Amino acid sequence: MSNVIEVDHLNFSFGSGALTQPVLKDVTISLEEGEIVLITGPSGSGKTTFLTIIGGLRQALHGSVKVLGHQFINSNEQIKVKTRQQIGYIFQQHNLLKSLTALQNVCMTLEINTTMTEQQRYDRAAEMLIAVGLSDRLNYKPDQLYGGQRQRVSIARALVGQPKIILADEPTASLDKQSGYEAVSLVKRLAKESQTTILLVTHDYRILDIADRVVELEDGMIK
Amino acid sequence: MNRFGWLYFPARLAWRQLVFDRTKLVAAICGVLFACVLVFMQLGFKDTLYASAASAPLKLDGDLFLMHKQSEAMWRPIQFKRSELMRVLGNPAVAEAYPLYLGLAPLKNIQTQAKRTLMVYGFDPDSLIFNVDSARNRHVELRLKDTVLFDEYSRPEFGPVRQLLEAGRNMTEINDYKVTIIGLFQLGVSFAADGNVITSDLNFMRIFPRRNLDDIDMGMIRLNPGASVEHVQAELKSHLNEFVNVFTYEELLRHEKDYWANTAPIGFIFGFGTVMGWVVGLVIVYQILFTDIANHRNEFATLKAMGYEQGYFVRVVFASASFLAVLGFIPGYLLSLGLYNLAESQMYMPMPMLISKVITVFMFILSMCFMAGLLAIRKLKDADPADMF
Ligand SMILES: Nc1ncnc2c1ncn2[C@@H]1O[C@H](COP(=O)(O)OP(=O)(O)O)[C@@H](O)[C@H]1O
Ligand SMILES: [Mg+2]
Repeated sequence: MSNVIEVDHLNFSFGSGALTQPVLKDVTISLEEGEIVLITGPSGSGKTTFLTIIGGLRQALHGSVKVLGHQFINSNEQIKVKTRQQIGYIFQQHNLLKSLTALQNVCMTLEINTTMTEQQRYDRAAEMLIAVGLSDRLNYKPDQLYGGQRQRVSIARALVGQPKIILADEPTASLDKQSGYEAVSLVKRLAKESQTTILLVTHDYRILDIADRVVELEDGMIK
Repeated sequence: MNRFGWLYFPARLAWRQLVFDRTKLVAAICGVLFACVLVFMQLGFKDTLYASAASAPLKLDGDLFLMHKQSEAMWRPIQFKRSELMRVLGNPAVAEAYPLYLGLAPLKNIQTQAKRTLMVYGFDPDSLIFNVDSARNRHVELRLKDTVLFDEYSRPEFGPVRQLLEAGRNMTEINDYKVTIIGLFQLGVSFAADGNVITSDLNFMRIFPRRNLDDIDMGMIRLNPGASVEHVQAELKSHLNEFVNVFTYEELLRHEKDYWANTAPIGFIFGFGTVMGWVVGLVIVYQILFTDIANHRNEFATLKAMGYEQGYFVRVVFASASFLAVLGFIPGYLLSLGLYNLAESQMYMPMPMLISKVITVFMFILSMCFMAGLLAIRKLKDADPADMF
C-alpha cells in the first residue's frame, strides 16, 4: 500500500542567525492511505507548525516532505496550491466565512475546481450538511449557529470535496466534551467510507481511541 | 474552473461580503457618491464656462476676424486703428469689413434703479454682425439716436425687462447716459458679463464719450462667395501690421475658450477640483477596501489553505471596487442631475447633462476604484494561512 504522506528527516526552524529557534527536529513519519493518526504533545511542541508544512502552507527547506507524491521541500507555489485542493482542512476555530450561509460555505470547496453545475454543487453540499446533522440549518449564517454546529459545518466543508487527506488542528478545542467527541467520530465515520487519510493534532486525551496510531511530539521530536 | 466561474465566483463572494455589512456598504457608497458629484459639478461648470465664453463669438456672422494681439478675450479688448481694418478692403477676395466696438458699462435697473455691469456691443446696424434674427429685424430702428436692444437671457438682476417693455417702460441709463430699449434679442450670459446690450456704433460713442470711431475693438470681415478663408487669412496676415491677429471663426471660438482655460486660472481651478474629487474618492475607497481585506484576512487565509490561488483574491478585491463604483455612481448621477438643474436656475447658463459627460465621469469613477483596488491588494499578502493557524 502506498504512503500518502511521507516525511523524512524534516528539520524546521523559525528565525535566522543567533535567533534561530529549531521547532521540528529530524521528524520522520509516514501515513498510509486510510490511516488515522493523532499527534499529541504539549503546547509549543511544534504540532501546528508540522501540520502547516504538510498542508503546503509553510515552506520547509531541509529534509523531505512528500504529500500525495509531490515533494514540498523547495517546491513552487503552483504544486502546493494543486495539492492543497486535495486536502481538507479543519481548523481549531471554525474559520467559516461570516457573510455566507452554511450551504454557501460548504459550496466554497466545490467552487475551486469543478465542472459541476450550481445545482449539483448545492445538492452535494446539502447532502454533506445533512450527513453532519444540520439538515435544518442549511441557510443559517455562522453567527446564527452554536459552536458545535459551526464546527460541523467546517467538517462538512472539509469533507465535501472528497479529499485524499484531512488535516485537523485541535478541532475539538473550542467544543465541549460531548460535541467534541461527536465531531471527531463524525469525521472518522465519513472518512472511513472513502479511505481518507487523517492527520489530527490534539491534546484532548478523550478522543485518542478513534486513532489507528498515536504519535507524541515533544520539543519538536517524535517520541 | 471554467471561464465563467473565473470571474463569477470571486465577484459573487465580493458581492456577498459587501451586502453582509450594510453600514460599511453605505459608507463606501457615500464616498464614491461624493467623488462622483464633485467630478460631475467640476466638469459641468467647466463646460458651461467654455460654452458661455464662446456664446457671443458663436453668434458673430463673419469669415475672418481681426483682434489686437494683446486682446486676451473679447470682454477685455485692446483697441487698434480702424484704418488697419480698412486696409483689408484692398484684398479682392474681401467683400466687406465692419468694426465692432465693445465695452463694459453699468445698466440701471428700470424698476429698482440699481446698477449692474453688462456688455455693450456697438456696430453699424446695417452690417448685421449678430446672427440673431430678433436683432437683425430691428436694424433700421437701431439707427435711431439713443436706442438699444436688450439681451433677454441676461441675469434677472437687470429687472423683468420684457414685462417692463410691454408696460411701456423702456427708458433707462447705460453708463449714466439715457437710452431707450426698443426690443429684445437672445444671446446669453457668460462668466465675464451678466448681460448684453446691442447698439449702433454712433450710440456706442454717446454711451462711452471717451471712445471714438477710429479706435476699434474687433474687425469683422466677410469674403466674396467662393473665396478660400485660409488663403485670404494667410494673405491678410502677411499684409497687415504684426499687432493684429487674423482669426477664422473657429479660431476665434478657441481663442475665447482658451482665455478661460489658460489665461484666467478658472479652467485650471475646475481641473484641479476634478483631480481633487478623484483623489478624495480614491482615498475613501482605498480605505474601505483596505479595512475590508484586513477584516477578511482570516477568511482569505482559510480559502488559501483550501487551495484558492492568489489571483482569486485579487479578483475579489477588484470586483468589490467595481461594485462600489457602480453603486456609488448611480445615486451620484441622479444627485448631480438635480444639482445641474439647480445650477442652471442660479447661473442662467445652460448646464446640460450630456451622455458623453456621463460616460466620462463613470470612467473616471471606475478608474478611481480600480486604482484604489490596485493599492489595496498589497494588503492581501497579510492573509498568510501559515501565520494564522
Ligand atoms: N510564526 C512564528 N514565528 C516564530 N515562531 C513561531 C511561529 N509560530 C510558532 N512559533 C514557535 O514555534 C514553536 C512551535 O509552535 P506550534 O507549532 O504552534 O506549537 P503547538 O501547535 O504544538 O502548540 C513555539 O515555540 C512557537 O513559539
Ligand atoms: Mg497549535
